[in-house]
Amino acid sequence: MIRYIFAFILLAVPVRAEVDIQQVISPGGIKAWLVEEPSIPFMAMDIWFEGGAALDPAGKQGAAFLMMGLLEEGSGDMDARAFAAAQEGLAASFNFDVYDETTIIEAQFLTENRDQSVALLKQALTQPRFDADALERVRAQVLSIIASDEKDPDTIAARAFDRLAFGDHPYAKAIEGTAETVAALTQQDMFDAHARLLTKDRIYIGAVGDITADELGVMLDDLFGSLPVSDGSGVPETTYNLAGGITVIDQPFPQSVALFGHEGIDRDDPDFFAAFILNHVLGGAGFESRLTQEVREERGLTYGIGTYLVGKENANKYMGQVASANDRVAQAIEVVKDEWANAATNGITAEELEAAKLYLTGAYPLRFDGNARIAGILAGMQRQDLPIDYIATRNDKVNAVTLDDVNRVASELLRPEDLHFVVVGQPEGL
Amino acid sequence: MLRRLFVVLAYLSFHGTAFANDAVTTFDLDNGMQVVVIEDHRAPAVVHMVWYRVGSADEPAGTSGIAHYLEHLMFKATENLESGELSATVAANGGSDNAFTSFDYTAYFQRVAADRLPRMMEMEADRMANLRLVEDDIATERDVVIEERNQRTENSPGALFNEQMRAAQFLNHRYGVPIIGWRHEMVNMSLDDAVSFYEQHYGPNNAILVVAGDVYPDDVRALAEEYYGVIPPNPAVVERDRPQEPPQLSERRMVFTDDRVAQPYVVRSYLAPERDPGAQETAAALLMLAELLGGSSATSVMGQKLQFETQTALYTSASYRGLALDDTTFNLVIVPAAGVSLQDAENAMDQVIADFMISDIDQGAMDRIKTQLRASQIYAQDSAQSQARRYGAALTSGLTVEDVQAWPDILQAVTAEDVLAAAELVFDRNNAVTGWLTNGQEVSQ
Repeated sequence: MIRYIFAFILLAVPVRAEVDIQQVISPGGIKAWLVEEPSIPFMAMDIWFEGGAALDPAGKQGAAFLMMGLLEEGSGDMDARAFAAAQEGLAASFNFDVYDETTIIEAQFLTENRDQSVALLKQALTQPRFDADALERVRAQVLSIIASDEKDPDTIAARAFDRLAFGDHPYAKAIEGTAETVAALTQQDMFDAHARLLTKDRIYIGAVGDITADELGVMLDDLFGSLPVSDGSGVPETTYNLAGGITVIDQPFPQSVALFGHEGIDRDDPDFFAAFILNHVLGGAGFESRLTQEVREERGLTYGIGTYLVGKENANKYMGQVASANDRVAQAIEVVKDEWANAATNGITAEELEAAKLYLTGAYPLRFDGNARIAGILAGMQRQDLPIDYIATRNDKVNAVTLDDVNRVASELLRPEDLHFVVVGQPEGL
Repeated sequence: MLRRLFVVLAYLSFHGTAFANDAVTTFDLDNGMQVVVIEDHRAPAVVHMVWYRVGSADEPAGTSGIAHYLEHLMFKATENLESGELSATVAANGGSDNAFTSFDYTAYFQRVAADRLPRMMEMEADRMANLRLVEDDIATERDVVIEERNQRTENSPGALFNEQMRAAQFLNHRYGVPIIGWRHEMVNMSLDDAVSFYEQHYGPNNAILVVAGDVYPDDVRALAEEYYGVIPPNPAVVERDRPQEPPQLSERRMVFTDDRVAQPYVVRSYLAPERDPGAQETAAALLMLAELLGGSSATSVMGQKLQFETQTALYTSASYRGLALDDTTFNLVIVPAAGVSLQDAENAMDQVIADFMISDIDQGAMDRIKTQLRASQIYAQDSAQSQARRYGAALTSGLTVEDVQAWPDILQAVTAEDVLAAAELVFDRNNAVTGWLTNGQEVSQ
């Protein structure tokens, strides 16, 4: 055993992430971050827009989601089938998605037909038709998704938690909308959502692959130059408003899903990295977290337990989830509470801090392992307002955190009395 | 330099007969362990995988779930590692690790910086031969896999339905038994069951090492010989020869009712041949058939007819998974639109299939599918990990490296006649299971 311990300490000098990011400003003034990688004849592009489903107007919940679902269902002189045939003939890949506060388009183009693929994406972005037949067809799909979500334990728990925490605020509402709001959405609502979200002043672009900076500059103007400017609207202010406790939602599942949490910490907070490390030790990825050790490895109460920091524009949450059979979930919840209290009172150990730093700094460079993944990271960094040299400095920020920092943050951030558990299932003894 | 050469080969392969777009090297160790190296020097990372030619379909009757349970137990103590130490060591090196079990294979992997590869091999080789299970680990981990079954299966009516469908599809083959195991057998899984499964199936002569990423074949060979080459072959390992299906003489039909179902649908599965070594043509035609019938909603035959023209369906699909050691399935799904009964949806689907059998195949559609398949070879190079998985899954499903590399060209060579012949072969209702998933309100419509 001893020799192994020495072996990994000697080896554990993290490699540096070698990601050579160029900032490209198009002739028309549109900015993107680029990594040139000519070894495979394709490029990946992530196009993120600030603003998402949380900007759906009152009563129009689900507008952004339905609109993004319709971008590939007809544009220019093409109906849905013609568009799909054109896209398949080019073997280009487009993915349209929307989250609470961000709207995301992921694209991949082959070098051999890049101009045609870009033209097709531009058509979807700038000339959507929102034809009545397409609207009805996709609306029916969304209604089916909503009905399924209403019987899915994970989704039931997430919705209930956010309703308790944020009341009527958009953060508490389903991105997909409700059966009532989706049924009432009109073609004009689609055009409105399109104009609201796909705006060139709120765009963040990451491009990686077989393309030069000059070629990308031309492409940026072509693709995005004609997009409108946003109206500047943002998500309304809100406060997290949920006291500690347990809410049981009776549903016929043999295994209960428990979603738990309290307020979190801002991504811009000077203590963010201390909180990030604390979370890794308490409930982060892998088998080594305290909660995985105590709930799964020691007691066999679950297949998976994890915690995570959620940062939104106007609210932060510190969340976790565990699923256990109905007759054992009460015990799992007790262990979570105990571990929360223990970490709040006693903090973490120097050994845990060291192991967390080794993991987090070693794992970081491994994220940059493919054009598509790097494109997403580049767009996300800009969306978070991180500097272009962030990748080179990020591990230093992790390493700079001291045990005192983490344990001070643990005593402030972890508030066992504020933990609220939403339990979906038929739990015994709660 | 090497990288540039491989790109040139990839281009040529579209026109030639040999497909060589992957920077792939393969060799065998003296103890029978096969090694596959996939080079990708873009990032200083590596994925290290060991695949065993054993899965849930190799379990002895009455011990369903033992292959997957053993996969969990492989993270416990060995002669040289404490329980959990392997994962802790991977994490301390900034890596991540996990494992997965299927019908035909069990695989273990770590993703780490390339210079950590020797340590990964040392630990993986250790648990290949030196697992030391104790009763304490056994009981707790059995609870964990039962919770895994709760999460994946018991809490999901769709998963329970799928389990029942497979059980009906396979009259004699272990593919009809769920990988996770039947609950009543899982609760009785014992230390002896796990140890005897390990002793029967684990060893270098039943394993394939796949290393993908920032590595060179000569270096991998030297490391593999050092760490794995010293393990003697396991004499208990024998060629897999599982009970096969008898002729299936009657369609099976089921109605699975569960209040938790929000969206009813119909699934039809047909018994179908799998990709066979040196003879993948029928499988290629079946894959093309699936793409033509129900690949893309907006352009496939089922999607166009049922979702666009008649609007009978919210969603349709056809799928074929050719990677299997023994006979596999070809599946059709129709999710009816609101107000359409499951019977009407099933009838409409069958009418589309019947019409397809007597119509000309749309050559334009076939060309587009072939274009996408060709492009997928380019896009696939973006992920060393998914390439590693592709080889590992194929080699544990009875195929060779040559079969994997020949597959793209075999797909390109499929003709309309091949597709129709494959459809004639597979669409035999005596080989089929038809299942309705409902919430009970649907049947009375």
